[in-house]
Amino acid sequence: MTRYNTAKLSMAVFLASEFVFFAFLIAAYVYFYGAVVQGPRASNSLNPPRTLVFTMCLVASSATMWMAERRLRNADRREFRIWLGLTIFLGAVFVFGQATEYAGLIAKTITPARNLFGATFFTLTGFHGLHVLAGLISLSALLGLTFRKNFGAKEISGAGAIAMYWHFVDAVWVVIFCLVYASVWI
Amino acid sequence: MSGVPFPSTALDSDLPAHARSTWLEWISTVDHKRIGILYLLTTLFFFGVGGIEALLMRIQLAWPENTFLGPDTYNQIFTMHGTTMVFLVVVPLLLGLANYLTPLMIGASDMALPRLNAFSFWVFLFGGILLYFSFASGHAPSAGWFSYAPLSETGYSTRSGLDYWALALLGIGVGTIATAINLIVTIVNLRTEGLTFRRLPLFVWMVFVNSFLIIFALPALNATLAMLLVDRQLNAHFFTQLGGGSPILWQHYFWSFGHPEVYIMVLPAFGIISEVIPVFSRKPIFGYRFIAASTVGIALLSVGVWAHHMFAVGLGHAWEYAFGASSLLIAIPTGVKVFNWIATMWGGSIRFTTSMLFAIAFLFTFTIGGLSGVTFATVPIDWQVTDSYYVVAHMHYVLFGGTLFAVMAGVYYWFPKMSGRMLSESCGRIHFWLMFIGFHLTFFIQHILGLDGMPRRVYTYADHPGWAAMNMISTIGAFVIGISMLVFLANIVMSLRRGAFAGDNPWNAWTLEWATTSPPPEHNFDSVPPVRGLRPLWDLAHPGEQTP
Repeated sequence: MTRYNTAKLSMAVFLASEFVFFAFLIAAYVYFYGAVVQGPRASNSLNPPRTLVFTMCLVASSATMWMAERRLRNADRREFRIWLGLTIFLGAVFVFGQATEYAGLIAKTITPARNLFGATFFTLTGFHGLHVLAGLISLSALLGLTFRKNFGAKEISGAGAIAMYWHFVDAVWVVIFCLVYASVWI
Repeated sequence: MSGVPFPSTALDSDLPAHARSTWLEWISTVDHKRIGILYLLTTLFFFGVGGIEALLMRIQLAWPENTFLGPDTYNQIFTMHGTTMVFLVVVPLLLGLANYLTPLMIGASDMALPRLNAFSFWVFLFGGILLYFSFASGHAPSAGWFSYAPLSETGYSTRSGLDYWALALLGIGVGTIATAINLIVTIVNLRTEGLTFRRLPLFVWMVFVNSFLIIFALPALNATLAMLLVDRQLNAHFFTQLGGGSPILWQHYFWSFGHPEVYIMVLPAFGIISEVIPVFSRKPIFGYRFIAASTVGIALLSVGVWAHHMFAVGLGHAWEYAFGASSLLIAIPTGVKVFNWIATMWGGSIRFTTSMLFAIAFLFTFTIGGLSGVTFATVPIDWQVTDSYYVVAHMHYVLFGGTLFAVMAGVYYWFPKMSGRMLSESCGRIHFWLMFIGFHLTFFIQHILGLDGMPRRVYTYADHPGWAAMNMISTIGAFVIGISMLVFLANIVMSLRRGAFAGDNPWNAWTLEWATTSPPPEHNFDSVPPVRGLRPLWDLAHPGEQTP
């Protein structure tokens, strides 16, 4: 007998481990925040308003994912695809924003080797970016599956698990944005 | 909805059984029993490798000023020995047993996520191969199993051994987390009807709590390894003083994984003992709820004691007292367990099988290891004996005398279930006594060496009074352990061919894994007996009676 949805329960436990992983990276950023006295740091190298725009895209993608899930529950596969596609688009826009941001920083020779700001910033946001990429791959695979005939209960619970992952990655970004970018405004 | 279900018989090849490749079946298997056996065989192999490394070290240390291994080789060998035993033997050994037994003990047909299970095993295996590939790259890692920074940084470890070390551990860590997810979901979701958490076999309880520890500890290691790799590959300075980095952060991060890891390496062993002792004492376990609850207590405490590995750093007295106190507290739930096991044996009609001998030896040696552990929690004593052979002795009393003796109890107990044949008891007794005597010869004397000031991790020593004799005794003991392992291997090989047939339930045990054939069929159970109490098979044999 199965008591809970296997895919969602597994994802919940996995996300608990991810929570710890990011907690350690975030703690390292905070720990070294005061150690950077010269050279590039958040206040003189980052562009928070620009990142805020891309952050909005990622937050919006959580909303579209939520809409997509609702359509799935109503067995409306065509609308599900539209909302899912929108989610993937918004996630891709976010990754584009991060890629161009990285390119700009590296052009100014701000790298992990430059100082502790570089090391902690790229490690934290880089691992988050990899998580967004993994999410985009999963969402795209899900989109591909909707075109198959036998899209059934198994795929629907899988979609629920991927949605949990996506919301989690978004939530982690909100924390990172507040800590790394928005703190510049204080 | 999904289409017409694929008939399950269609998956079976029409070829006769012998025409299908056995190798391919094992490589492609998603059956938890086969994966469990793959884990056990792989860890047995790595145990041999790690054991040979230990013997090499003991040869080098057998007499003063020996030149058998040079200092650089010695550093590589002790690093590989520690890393192998922790990450490629003890943890996967326990995961392998958990893999084999958990579904059987809860009356399920497999793990909740069989393919993820196979993935876990294969990343573990390739992680192990990656670690040993470092030898082929010219230089194995040589900064100890906890690779303290800045020694592990490029400034001091210039060759690629440390990179292999970090990458291998990352892979193994991912596999371990995946297994923990799998075990948690399996235990939550797939327990048979009536098997509530208050009736769960204690081995499964320990595996369950252990999996949560893995979920909270291993990601810390992964994050730390990622930072080390960023340091080494991208020239960052997380853990070097240069540029404001902090070697102490490595210690904090590593041990906030490393101390829960110590319990990850021992909780399932507690589970094995909690299954073996009642069956061979012919009594139900004493204080079932206390054993389960004290495990949760140990798990919670274990995430708040990491800095007791760092008393020599100079964290300040307030921190040291706090961590010393929290570490002392762990003795309480652990002591609860030891008393429960002894109380279970009290007044029972004890059958001294090889399995039970190992379980009793576990109680004895683990308690000694626990007591020397308590001495470490006392800060001034720690300052005196830190980084000496006293630490080496303590750690081996807990992990070898503790976990490995318990695993041996488990192997003699469950081998009949896994293979369908009994291990030879007479051979088992020889194995037990050789291993028990060899173990205490090797490690007891190291307490005294440590108190006498012999530092760990040195490739040789001067001829101080008594040191040569004590080290020689330790070396002789190590070879006795080596011989005991050969007896064990011979026992396995001979028993697989000629051992007595086990039948379903050779020990007259009470948990569900004994309610099916030995070895169990691929789907585990034709029918799962009803569960109304802690000992379902006892209930089945005594209908209408109340479980005592």
